[in-house]
Amino acid sequence: MIPYAFTYRRAKSLDDAEAMLAASPDAKLLAGGQTLIPALKMRLANPSELIDIAALEALRFLAVRDRVVVVGAGARHHEVATSPEVRRAIPALAELAGSIGDPAVRQMGTLGGSLANNDPAADYPAAVLALDATIKTNRREIRAGDFFTGMFATALEEREIVTEVRFPVPERAGYAKFANPASRYAMAGVFVAKAGPAVRVAVTGAAPCVFRIPAMEAALAKNFSPDALEDIEVDPGEMNSDLHGSAEYRAHLVGVMARRAVETALR
Amino acid sequence: MTVVSLTVNGKPVSRDVEDRTLLVYFLREDLNLTGTHIGCDTSQCGACVVHLDGRAVKACTLFAVQANGAHVTTIEGLAKDGALHPVQEAFRDNHGLQCGFCTPGMIMTAVDMIRRVPASELDRARIRHELEGNICRCTGYHNIVSSIEDAAKRINGTGKERAA
Repeated sequence: MIPYAFTYRRAKSLDDAEAMLAASPDAKLLAGGQTLIPALKMRLANPSELIDIAALEALRFLAVRDRVVVVGAGARHHEVATSPEVRRAIPALAELAGSIGDPAVRQMGTLGGSLANNDPAADYPAAVLALDATIKTNRREIRAGDFFTGMFATALEEREIVTEVRFPVPERAGYAKFANPASRYAMAGVFVAKAGPAVRVAVTGAAPCVFRIPAMEAALAKNFSPDALEDIEVDPGEMNSDLHGSAEYRAHLVGVMARRAVETALR
Repeated sequence: MTVVSLTVNGKPVSRDVEDRTLLVYFLREDLNLTGTHIGCDTSQCGACVVHLDGRAVKACTLFAVQANGAHVTTIEGLAKDGALHPVQEAFRDNHGLQCGFCTPGMIMTAVDMIRRVPASELDRARIRHELEGNICRCTGYHNIVSSIEDAAKRINGTGKERAA
């Protein structure tokens, strides 16, 4: 498969990337390319230019500071998955990163790319929303709850570039997903996080955009155990229905994955 | 068009390519290195896995221009001085292939896997898990797993070079 023609440029710095974006309104940023390139090959997008920011070292870091895991937008999934600091601070985040795609995809794909693209079946949005992370860009900070606005849509403005994500360390967290056997994308992925009295439950893969389930959050805040979710029905009304699974099937999977995520969080 | 200069299997190469040229087409059609296969062309099957600066990547999901300045190793670059790489030897000895179409990708993934995963963790279950990005339509996984298990022993056991 061959994409539409475009011009490729490699940015030397973040400022350079921003200037290139300003000069070319139909340009797109390229980081790991593991979602963008398949979309280009399917001719679902037709950017005039691709501005490659994968090599920017300034975006490629991992640190744990004051109970916050700070991950550069350019960090590869493999780096997050195998970082001893991340694994100690938020094991569920490392587990999630290690479950994205396959080993070859994880050595290319980046956190910033996953968030900016906001694929309905991407894993990271679930962690970002459940952990109440903050997304830092070249201009401002955006809370997770305000970032994901719809299918492939985010609060990012023109020429805005994700630079890092700050994940507050929770008391407990767990992620469970039912992956499509071929693509490894989530058909339903649930991230559960308990921070103090608050519990957040975020679901990816099942609907057009990552979302929270307040009924599960309230039940888990009272009793943080899989049993607390037994009687909560998940509404199939908003779920995706496609050749991989019906809305009803996905709604059922969300319940199962939520219970498994809580089990994982309790380990 | 962009002039792409990179090192492929230890040799410097330079070609003028369209920016939209995928690395796998660059390798196969510009360099005639047809050992890297195109299976699904949708980032799922792993027949096109090559090493980019020592890491396994899918060459169908990477533009040649992204590899500008990088070191790329393909299946053709694994053997050294006429001697097969230990992973290739292990695939031959364990009959780790049926039709052979997925084999180059399987071997490139296996070399990367043995480099990345500590020997103590690389049991059969882990090998199967690590192969989730490589599909064998003959379903010949059993001997592929045996080949990788054997190759890991050869490489880790003798302390020889771990990656190509």
